[in-house]
Amino acid sequence: MLNKQVMSPLLSIRALSTCFQIQETVVKAVDNVSLDIYPDEVLALVGETGCGKSVLALSILRLLPENSLSEGSILYKGFEILEGSNEELRALRGREIGMIPQSQASSLNPLLKVGWQVMEVLRLHTKVRKPDAHKKVVELFSRLQLPEPEKRMDYYPHQLSGGMRQRVLVSMGVACNPNLILVDEPTKGLDAVLRMEVVKLLGRQAAENNRSMLLITHDLSVAALLADRIAVMYAGEIVEMGSSAGVLKIPRHPYTQSLLDSLPGRGFKPIPGFSPSLSRIPPGCRFQPRCRVACSKGAALHPDLREADPNHYVRCFHAD
Amino acid sequence: MGRFICKRLAATILVIVAASMLTFGILHLTPGSTPATILKYAFIGLEEIPTDAEITEITTRFKLSDPLYQQYYRWIKQALRGDLGDSYVYRLPVAELIGLRFPATALLAVLSVTLSLLISIPLGILCAVKRNTFFDHFNRLLALFAVAMPSFWLAYLLIIVFSLGFNLFPVAGFRSLSSLVLPCVTLAAGMGAVTLRIMRSSMLEVMGQDYILTARSKGLYERSVIAKHALKNAFLPVVTVVGLQFGHMLGGSVIVETVFSWPGIGKLLIDSIFAKDIPVVQGCILLIAGTYALVNLLVDLSYALMDPRIRYGRES
Repeated sequence: MLNKQVMSPLLSIRALSTCFQIQETVVKAVDNVSLDIYPDEVLALVGETGCGKSVLALSILRLLPENSLSEGSILYKGFEILEGSNEELRALRGREIGMIPQSQASSLNPLLKVGWQVMEVLRLHTKVRKPDAHKKVVELFSRLQLPEPEKRMDYYPHQLSGGMRQRVLVSMGVACNPNLILVDEPTKGLDAVLRMEVVKLLGRQAAENNRSMLLITHDLSVAALLADRIAVMYAGEIVEMGSSAGVLKIPRHPYTQSLLDSLPGRGFKPIPGFSPSLSRIPPGCRFQPRCRVACSKGAALHPDLREADPNHYVRCFHAD
Repeated sequence: MGRFICKRLAATILVIVAASMLTFGILHLTPGSTPATILKYAFIGLEEIPTDAEITEITTRFKLSDPLYQQYYRWIKQALRGDLGDSYVYRLPVAELIGLRFPATALLAVLSVTLSLLISIPLGILCAVKRNTFFDHFNRLLALFAVAMPSFWLAYLLIIVFSLGFNLFPVAGFRSLSSLVLPCVTLAAGMGAVTLRIMRSSMLEVMGQDYILTARSKGLYERSVIAKHALKNAFLPVVTVVGLQFGHMLGGSVIVETVFSWPGIGKLLIDSIFAKDIPVVQGCILLIAGTYALVNLLVDLSYALMDPRIRYGRES
C-alpha cells in the first residue's frame, strides 16, 4: 500500500466547527475537527447517533440549513469550500463530491421514476443526450446488480425493495464518477443479509473505481470491513484516529474500547450513561462521566488530540 | 378503477338520499305553518292574513295534511323517476328553475376559484421559499385578514368603495360581466387565503424532506429543486382543499349571492326556504349534495394521476 502521508490529501478539514442556533441555545454539533482524506482511501467516521458525523458530511457539501454556521477550513483540491459561491458549490456537488444519503426509504422522491432521478444528475453535470444517459443508467444499475435494470428504470421508489432503493441511491451518488463519495449510514435500517450485500457493494465500488470515500457509520463492524483508516467521534469531536488495523486491534481511547466491547461478537456490553447534550458540553474530558478508567484530571481538563503512536491520534490523558 | 368508481357512485346516491331526508324533516320543524307561509309568499302577499278557506285549499292542493313519511315517499318516488315536482311559488318545474339558476352559480364558482388559485398558489410558494422575510410576514398577515373577515362584511366594504365610491362596478344583480367582479373578489379572498396558507405550509414541509436534501446533493439549481422535486409533492394536500372549495362553490354561496342579489342556486335556496317552497329546497339540496360528492370523487381520482403510490381497486 502507498504511504499516504507523502501524498497530498484530496480533502483537508482543519479546525472545523459547526453550530446550530436553535432559538436561544447554540448546539455545537462539530467541534474543532481536523482530518484528511487521501486519494483512493476509505476513511470511516464512527460514533454514536447524534455525535455529529452526519453534520460533518453535510458541512462538506454545505447542505446544512440556514440556522447553521461552519467555521474553520475545508479544502478540496485546494479549493476552500467554506468560501465557495453557490455556483461553485453546485458544480462540486454530485460532480466532484457525490453523496449517498442515509435512509433509503425517504431519500428518493416518491413521485418520480428512479431511472429519471439517476439520469437527472448525469444530465446536469455531463453533456449527455437523454438516450445516452438512459443507457448509462441501465449500465450502472446492472453493474450494481439491480435485477432487471432496464425494467427498473420506470419504477417508482415504492415499487422497489429496501435493498433495491439503496442500490439506486448508490448509483445516484457514483453516477458522475465523483472523486470523493460521502456515504451516510449506508446500513441504517437494513437487515443483516442486506447489510452484508450493501457492504460488499460499497467495497467493490471503492476498489474498482479508485475513489476516496468518507464512510459514516455507527457500526464498527462495517467500518472494519471497508475502511483504510478510522476516525472515532464522540460528542462533536474526534477522540481517536488511525489506521483501521491500529484502531481496531489496539484501541487507545476508552470510548473506542467500549464501542468494540458493545459489538455482538465482542461481549455485547452496552456503554453506561448517555453522551452529553451538544448544547451544554462539560468543560473537561467529554467521555469522563462514562469512562471505565475515569480520572480526576479528565473531570477538570479537556485533553488534546495527541499522536500516541505514529499516525495514531488519541484524545485521552491515559494515552500520554 | 371501474369498481372503485361504481362503489363511490353508489355511496354518493346514499349520501344524497340521506341529505334529502334530513332537509325534508328539518324544513317541517322550522317555525310557521307551512300552508300559511306558502300562501303569503305565493298568493296573497306577506302582510295579508290568510283565511281558513285559503288554508284548506292550499293544504289539499299540495296534500300537506298527509303524514310526513307519506309526503317524503311521494317526493322521492317522483324524484327517482326524474321528476322533481313543481315549485309552489314560481309555478314552474323545479328542474327548469334550477336549470335557469345554475349557470350563474357555476360561472361564479369557476371564476372565483380560478382567481383564488392565480393569486394564492404563486404567493404560497414564494412565502415558503422566502420564509420569515418581510414578504412572507406581510402576505401571511394579509391572508389572516382575508380568512378572518366574514364574507358579507367584505362584500359590503367592496360595494361601498368600488360601487358607491368610485362607481366602477354595479352594486348587485347580474346584468353585465362587470357584475361578476365584486362577488368574485369576495369569494376568492376567503378561499385564496386558505389555499395560500396550505400551499405555504405544505411547501415548507416538503422542503424539509430527505429527498430534497438528495436533490440538492446532486448539485441542482435551487429553482430545479423547487420546480421538479418539491412542487408536485406539495400540491397533493392543496388539491384536496381546492377540490372541496370548488364543490362548495358549485352549490352556491348563500351569503354572497344574497348580498349581491346574484341569481344563482344559493339565492334560490334561501328564498325557497323562507317561502317553504319544499320541492325547490329539496331539488337544490339534491344538486348541492350531488355536485359536492361528485367533485370529491374527481379529487380522489386526480390523486391517482398525481401520486403513483395511489392505485384504486387494484391489489399491489
